[in-house]
Amino acid sequence: MPRIIEQDTEKLIEEVLEIYPEKTRKERRKHLISNDPECTTSTCQLKSNVKSRPGVMTSRGCAYAGSKGVVWGPIKDMVHISHGPVGCGQYSWWSRRNYYNGITGINAFGTMHITSDFQENDIVFGGDKKLEQLCREIKEMFPLAKGISIQCECPVGLIGDDIESVARKMTKELGIPVIPVRCEGFRGISQSLGHHIANDSIRDWVLGKVKGILDKETPYDVLILGDYNIGGEAWASRKILEEMGLRVIAQIPGDCTLNELTNMPRPKLILVHCYRSTNYIARYLEENYGIPWMEYNFFGPTKIYESMRKIAKRFDEKIMEQTEKVIEKYKPIMDEVIEKYRPRLEGKKVMLYVGGLRPRHIVGAYEDLGMTVIATGYEFGHRDDYERTYPEMPKNSLIYDDPSHYELEVFAEKLKPDLVGSGIKEKYVYHKMGVPFRQMHSWDYSGPYHGFDGFPVFARDMDMAVNNPSWKLIRRKAK
Amino acid sequence: MKIMDHVELYKSEDYKELFENKKQFECPYSEEEVKKIEEYTKTEEYKEKNFARKALTINPAKACQPLGALLCALGFKDTLPFVQGSQGCVAYFRSHLSRHFKEPVPAVSTSMTEDAAVFGGLSNMIEGLENAYALYKPKMFAISTTCMTEVIGDDLNAFIKKAKQQGVIPKGIPTPYANTPSFTGSHINGYDVMLRGILNYMTTGLKASQTERINIIPGFDTYSGNYREIKRLLRLMDVPYILLADISDSLDAPNYGDYEMYSGGTPLGDVVDSINSTATVALQKYSTIKTGELIKEVWRQPFVNVPYPVGIKNTDLFLDVISQLSGKPIPDEIIEERGRVVDAMIDSYAYIHGKRFALIGDPDLLLGLISFILELGGIPVHIVCTNGDEDFEKEAYALLKTEPLFGSEGKVYIKKDMWHLRSLLFTEPVDLLIGNSYCKALWKDTGIPLIRVGFPIFDRHHMHRYPIIGYAGALNLLTLMVNTVLDELDRQTKDSPSFDVIR
Repeated sequence: MPRIIEQDTEKLIEEVLEIYPEKTRKERRKHLISNDPECTTSTCQLKSNVKSRPGVMTSRGCAYAGSKGVVWGPIKDMVHISHGPVGCGQYSWWSRRNYYNGITGINAFGTMHITSDFQENDIVFGGDKKLEQLCREIKEMFPLAKGISIQCECPVGLIGDDIESVARKMTKELGIPVIPVRCEGFRGISQSLGHHIANDSIRDWVLGKVKGILDKETPYDVLILGDYNIGGEAWASRKILEEMGLRVIAQIPGDCTLNELTNMPRPKLILVHCYRSTNYIARYLEENYGIPWMEYNFFGPTKIYESMRKIAKRFDEKIMEQTEKVIEKYKPIMDEVIEKYRPRLEGKKVMLYVGGLRPRHIVGAYEDLGMTVIATGYEFGHRDDYERTYPEMPKNSLIYDDPSHYELEVFAEKLKPDLVGSGIKEKYVYHKMGVPFRQMHSWDYSGPYHGFDGFPVFARDMDMAVNNPSWKLIRRKAK
Repeated sequence: MKIMDHVELYKSEDYKELFENKKQFECPYSEEEVKKIEEYTKTEEYKEKNFARKALTINPAKACQPLGALLCALGFKDTLPFVQGSQGCVAYFRSHLSRHFKEPVPAVSTSMTEDAAVFGGLSNMIEGLENAYALYKPKMFAISTTCMTEVIGDDLNAFIKKAKQQGVIPKGIPTPYANTPSFTGSHINGYDVMLRGILNYMTTGLKASQTERINIIPGFDTYSGNYREIKRLLRLMDVPYILLADISDSLDAPNYGDYEMYSGGTPLGDVVDSINSTATVALQKYSTIKTGELIKEVWRQPFVNVPYPVGIKNTDLFLDVISQLSGKPIPDEIIEERGRVVDAMIDSYAYIHGKRFALIGDPDLLLGLISFILELGGIPVHIVCTNGDEDFEKEAYALLKTEPLFGSEGKVYIKKDMWHLRSLLFTEPVDLLIGNSYCKALWKDTGIPLIRVGFPIFDRHHMHRYPIIGYAGALNLLTLMVNTVLDELDRQTKDSPSFDVIR
């Protein structure tokens, strides 16, 4: 892989900033860098996790999106109330592809929109009474719901409702945990605080409070943390771990049950997939239960082998041997995928803009296919995400934090990527520009992309995007 | 090399085993218990409890006001939808609309956070306007709000004034605004107040001087094909018009290999001139109430509400109104088109006649669909309108009464959701269901074939590009309906002698 790319990124950054008013230009300058993979000092680091400037068309969402949409939403046997007006729940309804097994509306509730649908009266007189009634009605409508979470929307915090009291009262009355989550959209500066708040609510309202069942413990018990099972990918990871001889006692939060949440303090090792959204609870479990955690990356064979071996090392000879056998089993299949797709994708340039772990985790998968990621960045990353990113990216590549719609367009025009991987809000802009595009939040309704089962799908889809003949039909309009 | 993605992968033995093994950690209810509850939810007893709900809303068929405001704003040329409020809302609106239209949706927010909650959003508004103007160079800002802004009580008018005084945006740039709290009304009302705001702002102080043009207001309409159909019909009739909030080119733009942010919309000059038109014709009623008041009371311009022109009679009415207002006859080309569509309906009625329908959607759309179904001899049975009011309820019943043979069974449920509808579909089954993509959950549970009409349609491509209004729209709807029936008929007969090739 080219670890250095020829690209005048510094100049490009200066150019893109020209248009901004001075205050915003100064601010935005700090969020864009030309990558130095060896970066250790603050001078080569970019600034992150600060407020987006008003009016710039950021892709960022809010705390509610981070809690209801990301962390809590996939817990399948609980009912998650979008508490407040109708919109937030409507727009996050059934949209994230957190696959689960279960019968929706009966013993699983993931793809439903449950809301208190606040009206003016609820704003004026408060929504606590309505919330109580609503919890009772949930119990009546969904007798198999194992619990309820209250996901706050903006007005709830502004009108001073006491949802914690309601939660305590209803937990007692209904005999199932009712968990308040203060994830009002105005809190914090992106989805990120919503993840944190959701982690804290699991800590405060589930751990040690809700009794769970785990029949036994074994030396090989692990927990998958921070995998949202988008397109079923947590299952693809689970399959690898089980083949290695490990026992996955909980898969959090994708296809997860409340009981699995209660298993959190029980494994020997916590495997963290999305560090950004779940490191808080991982650290808590480490500090309070002495359970170690480690990150892993199951995107693309190179990283999969590397991560499998790293995980196996935390166990015994038996697991290490078994792990080598699993690698041996899958390597020919992975090689075949590379053999087929690499010639079609070799040397292609990729520009990424995603969230969570992907801006760094999928770099290796592209490299396995002979592609170079020339630019990447996070919607809501923090310093520690970027520190994990610099070494993964080539020297001189572009790294951006919370770029505006405008910046991304200019970068794409100048860098001329062969493929852009980002989200739904970006997708059709690139289609119009004639640049092949894949949504890398939802796997563009495909997937899985991780694990041995995911990589062939990933390779197929990237090839499909880059090499589809329809791009060639675009005819520019005479000006 | 065979590559299996999610569709096949999880049906394989490996995964079946994995799922089975996972259950030991899930602590699930027994299969019998689950089955028991599943059956219970199909009963009359459950339905009663379901309809007794007071506080809980489950799978509602409505979005919030700001989304409607955004859609309206996107219908104006060189206009940037600008939302004073939390940024997450705007991220949601953009995603939601993009998933339906498969198009980019530009809009900005002022990224209000906790400090704005305490001190108000003035500085957000000022910096937001300055940045957005520098980056996106709009010729108009269409400003709306989110519930946060409304709860803390930001004074939009004063804020905008202040921004202009400080010179962060040119004084002359139009900055219409609308208060669009999410806790009142729904997306159709947000559309209405934004449109009113824009028209009011652009025409304040102007005196009406008659022109020959007719204003057309489509209402909250997410079919780009409908806008094109309106324009086509008016061109055929040679009627000069102004189509207000025209999203057809902004949300269905041609691909020329570069992205144009303001690719369409009603020209701003036309918006200014709309006060001078002969009359305004609104194709929806419930999404144009406030706008209609402005036009009638302030502009003193005739404002004609026609029913959403779905089906033959409603289209006849629309064209008659246009003909009367413009003095132009309906040309032969349109009359021939009508004849062909009626002919098609007569060819297909046998598969629709007596079929029982459940419908869910926005009020105007439902009225249009009821009318069309009655024309075909179908029987509207359950009519669910989450964002419908008592006026709609009355109007729907009155419409059903016009065709007692087919309309008498129809029952209208306002302020009810898809979970209510689920109970109705189990206790009083129907043959066909019409609604948006989320209704596929109802299809899955009940097996009743779903005809996707309305908003949003996420899981089928390009349906919004085909009109459902006008005669052409009637033909599209008819084709969709009859072929859904025929597809279902094939499924039902594939193992029987009735598996016919000619239908």
